[in-house]
Amino acid sequence: MRGADYVIKRTAFAVITVFVALTLNFALFRLAPGSAITNLSRVPHATPETKLALKKQFGLDKSKGEQYVIYLQQLARGNLGISFENSQPVSSNLRVALSNTLPMVALGTIIAIVFGTLTGVIAAWRRGTGTEHLTVSTALGFYAMPTHWLALMLVILFAGIFPSGGMTDDFLIDPSWFTHVKDVAYHMTLPALTLALVLFGEYTLIVRSAMLETLGEDYILTARAKGLKPRTIVRKHALRNALLPITTLIALSLGYIVAGSILVETVFSWPGIGRAVYQAVLQRDYPMLQGAFLVLTLSVVFFNLLADLLYFRLDPRITS
Amino acid sequence: MSMVFQEPGLLSGTQPIRTLRGSLWKVIRGQPSATIGAFILGSFIVLALLAPWVAPYGLHEQVGPVYGHPSWSHPLGLDDGGVDMVTLLMWGARISLVVGFAATFVSIVIGGTVGLLSGYLGGKTDSVLMRITDYFLAIPDVPLMIVVAAIWGPSLTHIIIVIGVLLWTGTARVVRAQVKSIRERVYVKRARSLGAGNVRIVVRHVLPQIAPLLIANTVLTIAVAIFDETALAFLGLGDPSRISLGKVIENAFQRTAITSGAWWAIVPPGAAVALLILSCSMIGRAMEDALNPRLKAAHLSARSFRLRPLVGRGKDAV
Repeated sequence: MRGADYVIKRTAFAVITVFVALTLNFALFRLAPGSAITNLSRVPHATPETKLALKKQFGLDKSKGEQYVIYLQQLARGNLGISFENSQPVSSNLRVALSNTLPMVALGTIIAIVFGTLTGVIAAWRRGTGTEHLTVSTALGFYAMPTHWLALMLVILFAGIFPSGGMTDDFLIDPSWFTHVKDVAYHMTLPALTLALVLFGEYTLIVRSAMLETLGEDYILTARAKGLKPRTIVRKHALRNALLPITTLIALSLGYIVAGSILVETVFSWPGIGRAVYQAVLQRDYPMLQGAFLVLTLSVVFFNLLADLLYFRLDPRITS
Repeated sequence: MSMVFQEPGLLSGTQPIRTLRGSLWKVIRGQPSATIGAFILGSFIVLALLAPWVAPYGLHEQVGPVYGHPSWSHPLGLDDGGVDMVTLLMWGARISLVVGFAATFVSIVIGGTVGLLSGYLGGKTDSVLMRITDYFLAIPDVPLMIVVAAIWGPSLTHIIIVIGVLLWTGTARVVRAQVKSIRERVYVKRARSLGAGNVRIVVRHVLPQIAPLLIANTVLTIAVAIFDETALAFLGLGDPSRISLGKVIENAFQRTAITSGAWWAIVPPGAAVALLILSCSMIGRAMEDALNPRLKAAHLSARSFRLRPLVGRGKDAV
């Protein structure tokens, strides 16, 4: 198979990155002020039995090396400790949070990719015209706005039209499935829009640069000399090739999406993983913070790997 | 590195840039957006520097009611402590700029050194350093900043170090790509055969060549650092004793400026951050564009297509 090497290499890199992240996660939280025992088992109102169980599960009285091995073992079983805030296992808290975050972030990102590509292509195509200046300044404007501030601006502008906090209407008791989806979508409008606008700015700029570079290639000149329609050249010759760097850069922007979701969810009280990070920071809920950081890192590594493999599919020149 | 990155702005080999000052000047003159950006950034720096003398009121001085409306004596109103917003913005910009510049300095020193060593020495050093860079790149930096800042405790120095230590990867890549190509140039080889040592080659031949791109990168990093500071402050991880623009936004958000209808407490600080980031982006991007020879030839841009009109409206139609 073509480039089996490449796939193996990228996958191996992703696996090693996961281990680096796991180790970092372990080391960071063992460096936190207070001993590991108090940090991991400081669950409020915990019975001595719970504390003892945590101490035993994570081997908190053993040496650092042993603790690391035990930490990995517990992780493999999905045990991330117990949240200080609600005394629930961190893993089940995170599962709920993640399922709340994904639809909102996916919606925002997809809108941003569609519109960002469109305006980026137009900006590159009409280089040097008023259209380009307008597109680029708009994109730069959205790119420059602090995410949480843009979110607050939308709250000020649309207060009363769209809900500005939470994910569901608390007064809907036992809604039907359809009503529930409609309610969540209604609450999702502003957070998803914020994320979409910020990413839209970034993607427009990325797509424009990538398109400008491909438009300078000789095969574009050849295509023009053949008398092809500009629309055909842009669509079939330039954009196809520009998609390669665009894929990579969008994958690299994932870290940014994560950062954006933390800020957006904080403003809109969206009960997702980003808000979990914020709450954990406020309460110094270390097990929760540790778990959330791990989930965020893993998802970024996973999507980066996905982008690498996609890249491999898109570019037949990659062989190793 | 098997992933292909579009290294922004590899310098073309045929046109070495003569002097640093000359090239910078040419870029800034040729690109109106760079001029505008430099003007905005310059104004912010001047106002921030002069804050102790020109700020109309004291930073902790209560001069009116809580969330007092904008008036002639207080054009941007008052915050939740009755402090004049204009004063807050000037002092806030000061701390934001300090964090932006200091964190960028940390990041450029690390990134520049890694990129230089990696590109210049090549071989094993290169692959080890680039592997480390890859890991740093793969781990999302804002969550890591949050975790480190939360564990380490809030202080201005901590924030500067945390941001700086996590932002250097981009710089390392750009510098490495440049150094790699410059190392192979004929004049570097000549200098070496004339007996120039590594230090001399780097200082006399490599650094001047990468300087324009490094400066462009520095300016763009300042924008990211300012954004990161604002984000950390918003999450309650800022230095509680220092008022930065991010802190002003956080205070307004936490102390219900929105429900009180006090838009003046929340719109100006964010707009100031946006302007700062915008000005840095404009300067940095204009420089990068000007230094990227691949952008010079546009075989299919609206301007070069004069054969048939694409869209027939206004003066934009070609």
